[in-house]
Amino acid sequence: MSSTTTTTTVGTFAAPSRRNTELALLVFAVLIPVFAYVNVGLAKDGSVPAGALGYTLGLGLLAGVTHLVVRKWAPYADPLMLPIATLLNGLGLVFIWRLDQEPKISTPQLGGAMAPGQLMWSTLGVALFLGVLVFLKDHRVLQRYTYISMVVALVLLIAPIFFPARFGARIWITIPGVGSLQPGEFAKIIIAIFFAGYLMVKRDALALASRRFMGMYLPRGRDLGPILVIWALSLMILVFETDLGTSLLFFGLFVIMLYVATERTSWIVFGLLLSAGGAVAVATFESHVQVRVHNWLNPLELQNGGVTETAQAMYSFGSGGILGSGLGQGYSRLIGGIAPKSDYILATVGEEIGLAGLMGILLLYGLLIERGIRTALAARDPFGKLLAVGLSGAFALQVFVVAGGVTGLIPLTGMTMPFLAQGGSSVIANWALVGILLRISDTARRPAPAPAPSTDAEMTQVVRP
Amino acid sequence: MNKPLRRVAVFCGLLVLALLVRVNWVQFVQSDQLKNDPHNRRVAIERYSTPRGNIIVDGKAITGSTTTDSGDFKYKRTYKNGKMWAPVTGYASQAFDSNQLEKLNDAILTGTDDRLFFSRTVDMFTGGKQKGGNVVTTLDAKAQKAAFDGLGDKKGAVVALNPETGAILALASTPSYDPSTFAGMTDKDAEAYNALQKKNNPDEPMLNRALRQTYPPGSTFKVVTAAAALENGLYTDPDAKTDSPVPYILPDTVHQPLNNEGNIPCENATLRVALQYSCNTVFGKISADLGNAKMKAEAEKFGFNDAKIDTPVRAAESVFPKDNRPQNAMAGIGQASNRATPLQMAMVASAVANGGKLMKPYMVESLVAPNLNVVQQHTPQELGRPLKPENAQKLQSMMETVVKDGTGQSAQIDGVTVGGKTGTAQHGENNKDNPYAWFISYAKTAKGTPVAVAVVIEGSDTLRDDIAGGKLAAPIAKGVMEAVIEGQR
Repeated sequence: MSSTTTTTTVGTFAAPSRRNTELALLVFAVLIPVFAYVNVGLAKDGSVPAGALGYTLGLGLLAGVTHLVVRKWAPYADPLMLPIATLLNGLGLVFIWRLDQEPKISTPQLGGAMAPGQLMWSTLGVALFLGVLVFLKDHRVLQRYTYISMVVALVLLIAPIFFPARFGARIWITIPGVGSLQPGEFAKIIIAIFFAGYLMVKRDALALASRRFMGMYLPRGRDLGPILVIWALSLMILVFETDLGTSLLFFGLFVIMLYVATERTSWIVFGLLLSAGGAVAVATFESHVQVRVHNWLNPLELQNGGVTETAQAMYSFGSGGILGSGLGQGYSRLIGGIAPKSDYILATVGEEIGLAGLMGILLLYGLLIERGIRTALAARDPFGKLLAVGLSGAFALQVFVVAGGVTGLIPLTGMTMPFLAQGGSSVIANWALVGILLRISDTARRPAPAPAPSTDAEMTQVVRP
Repeated sequence: MNKPLRRVAVFCGLLVLALLVRVNWVQFVQSDQLKNDPHNRRVAIERYSTPRGNIIVDGKAITGSTTTDSGDFKYKRTYKNGKMWAPVTGYASQAFDSNQLEKLNDAILTGTDDRLFFSRTVDMFTGGKQKGGNVVTTLDAKAQKAAFDGLGDKKGAVVALNPETGAILALASTPSYDPSTFAGMTDKDAEAYNALQKKNNPDEPMLNRALRQTYPPGSTFKVVTAAAALENGLYTDPDAKTDSPVPYILPDTVHQPLNNEGNIPCENATLRVALQYSCNTVFGKISADLGNAKMKAEAEKFGFNDAKIDTPVRAAESVFPKDNRPQNAMAGIGQASNRATPLQMAMVASAVANGGKLMKPYMVESLVAPNLNVVQQHTPQELGRPLKPENAQKLQSMMETVVKDGTGQSAQIDGVTVGGKTGTAQHGENNKDNPYAWFISYAKTAKGTPVAVAVVIEGSDTLRDDIAGGKLAAPIAKGVMEAVIEGQR
C-alpha cells in the first residue's frame, strides 16, 4: 500500500526534516507581531512604541532558541506547529498590550498593565516547551505514569475548591508570592495522558468483551468502571466549581479518545446521550447556566437598563466589519473589566483587524489542530496516537467553545483562547501541549532504524529433495 | 485506529468551519445592523468625537460645543439662552439622545450627511477633522424674545409666522428647560434630566406646547366658522343681518340653549358684530346650518386633521371631528372635541392675512456645509387655499374691527393695521378646570403682512369671561408683532 508510506509506515528512507521551512515560517511569525506592535503604537500615539526594539529582539530570541532546540532534539518534528504557536502568542501579546493602553480597563484594581506579566508567562511557557523536548526523549515514557497522572489530575481539579472564587468561578488556586494558577489548564494535558495510557491497555476489552444491550455494545463494568468514575468525578467537581467550559472539554475529550481507541461508533451515540442528559440535568439545577443560555438566545437584550457584555462583544464584531477599525482604533474596552483581555480577546481581534483578520486567526487554530491530528495519524504506537488525538481534540474543543461562545454561536462558557488570551496557566500549559505534540511527531516522522542485517535476507536456498 | 482518527479530523475541521461561518454571519451579514444599533456606544462616541455644527438664528449661533473630559465623549453641546430656544432646537445629550432639530438634522450637524461627502473627502486628504454643517433657521431673535418674555412665568405657548412665506418667526413654550443642563453624561446631567420628566415635574417643562400640545381653540375658531360661512355662500356680506336668535337652541336637543358670555348685542347681529363681540349664538347657528361635512372640509383646508404638518419638527394633529349636530354646533365655536395646536391657529390667522392662501410653515431656511456652501435651501410652498381673495378681504376687515372696537383692543399698534380674535376655551368636565386664554392676530404695514401670531395661555382663576384672551394673551401677541415690524424697519 503505497498511500501509507508517508504517514504511518515504517519506511527505511528518511522523511524530509523540513527544519528550514520552519525557520522561514518563524521569521514571519516574529515579523507579523512586530509590525502589529508598531502599528498599535503609531495609531495610539503617532510614534513607534519605545519597546519596539526590545520586543523584536525578545520575540526573535525566543523563536531562535526554540528553533535551535527543535533542530537538535526533535529534528523530524512537524514544521508548522512551532511557527503557528509563536505567531498566535506574539499577536496575543500585542493585543493585550494594546488593551493595556486603555486607562479604563487597566486600573490597579483590575490588575493594571498585563502585557509584561504575559510576556514573562510566555517565556516560562517556552521554557517548559524546551524542557519537554530536551528531557522527554520518548513520549512513551509518559505511559508509565498512567495512574499517577490520574491522581495528579484529580488533585489539580479538586484543589480550587479550597480557594475563594474569583470572577464568579472557583477555578483558581492562589499561591502566595507567585500568583494564581488555573489547574484546569494543566489537568487537560494530564487527563489526556491518563486516558491514553488506560485506553491503550483496555481498548480490546472495551471493544470486544461487551454485552449486547438494545442494539448497543455495553462494556463490562470492570473495564469501563475506572474511567467512568474519573470522568464523572471530574465533571461533578467542575460543575461544583461552576466551570462549564472545562466540563464540556473533558467530556468531549473522553468521548473522542474512547471512540478512537475502540473504533466503535456506538460510543459516539452513547456519549451524545450522556451529554444531552448531563446538559439538561445541569441546566435544571444551575441557575447561572440558565442565565447563560438566555443571554445566548437574546444577545442584545438590555439588563437593568444596561448593555450586557454579550451585547458589547457583538457590537465589537459588528463595528469591526470586514476589514476592521485598525489596530488600536477600536472600542472593545466598552466590554469593561478585565474580560477584554481574557475571555473576550477575540472581540478585540474582530473589531480591530476585522473579519479578514479573525478568519486568519481561526484558520491558524484550525491548521494547528489538524497538524496535531496528522501527528496522531502518523504515530506508530497506539499510546502516541491516542495522546496526540487527545491533546489536539482538547485544543480543538477549547478553541470552539471559546470562539463559539464569544461570537454567539453557542452559549458562553468562560475559558481562555489558547495563546491569545491573557492568563499565565493557559499559555504555559498550551506551550507544554505543543511540546508533547512535537515530540510525538518527531518520533512519528523519524526514519525507522534500518533493519538489522539478517541471514534470512540472503538468497533463499532451495533444497530440492 | 486510523479510520476513527480521520473522522475526528473531519469533525475538528467542521468545528472550525462552523466558527468561520459564524464570524462571517456576524461581521458581514449582521455588521451594519450591529454597527448602527442605538445601544452601540460607538455610534454616540463617533457623534460626539467632533464639535457639532450649529443652529443659527439671525446669523448668530444659538448652540455651541465645548470639550469635556467625561469618558468617551470629547465634545458636549452647549446652548445660548437654552430655555428660550429649547422649543426650536430640541436637545442633543450624550446620555439621553436628541430630539427636534438636533435629531432631524443630525447627519448635517455631525457632518456625516451624504451631501457633505465632498467636504468630508477634502478634510480626509488635508488631514482636517470632520466638521459639522450648520442649520440656518427662519426664526427672529427679537420676536422670540418678546414671546418668551411675554409668557414669563405663565404656562403657555406662542407661534409667530410670516403669512407670505410660512416662515416661523417665533416658537415659544413655557415653562421651558435648558438643554445645556443635561447635555453631558455625568450624574448631575442625569439628575437634571430626571427632574424635568413628567412624573417628577407636573408642569412638563419638556413639552413643546407650541407644536406638540392641542387645546380647545375656543372663540378663535370663530374665524374658521366665519370663513366657512363666506366660502359656502351662507352669508356674503359681513354687514348683513344673520337672522339668529338669542339664546340659540342646539339642534336635535329638547331644549339646550347656547348662550353668550355676558350681555352682548347678538340677537340678529351681523357677522362683523358677532365676531366683534364673539357671539356664541351666531357662530353656533352657522356651524349647524352648514352642517358637519362643510365645516370639516373648511377646517381641513386650514390644516386640521392633518397628522403630517412637518416644520420639519412634526406638529401634533389638530382635530375637527366628524360629529353629530349639537356637537358640531359646539365645535363651530371651538368647543366640544375641537382641538388645535398653537401652530394651527397661527396658520388660520396667517391664511386670512395672506389673502386666503395658506403657506406651509417651516423653520429651517437652509442647511449649510462647513465651507458655507448651501446644501439645501427651502422654497416656500403653498399648503392650500382655504379662502377666495375677496372673502379673505371681508374676513380681514371683520378681524380688524375686533381689534379696533371689539374684544381685542389691547393688541392695537400705532400706525399698523392689526386684525385679531380673542378666545377663552372652556376646559374640563362641566367647565371646572381653568380656561385657556387665546389670541390670534396678524399685522399689516405699508410693506405687506409680515407677521401672524397665535398665543395660548393655560389660564389662571382670574380668567372667566371672554375678554380673558384679550386681557392676557393679546398684549403678548402685540409685543411679538411689534418686534417683527421693528426688525423690518
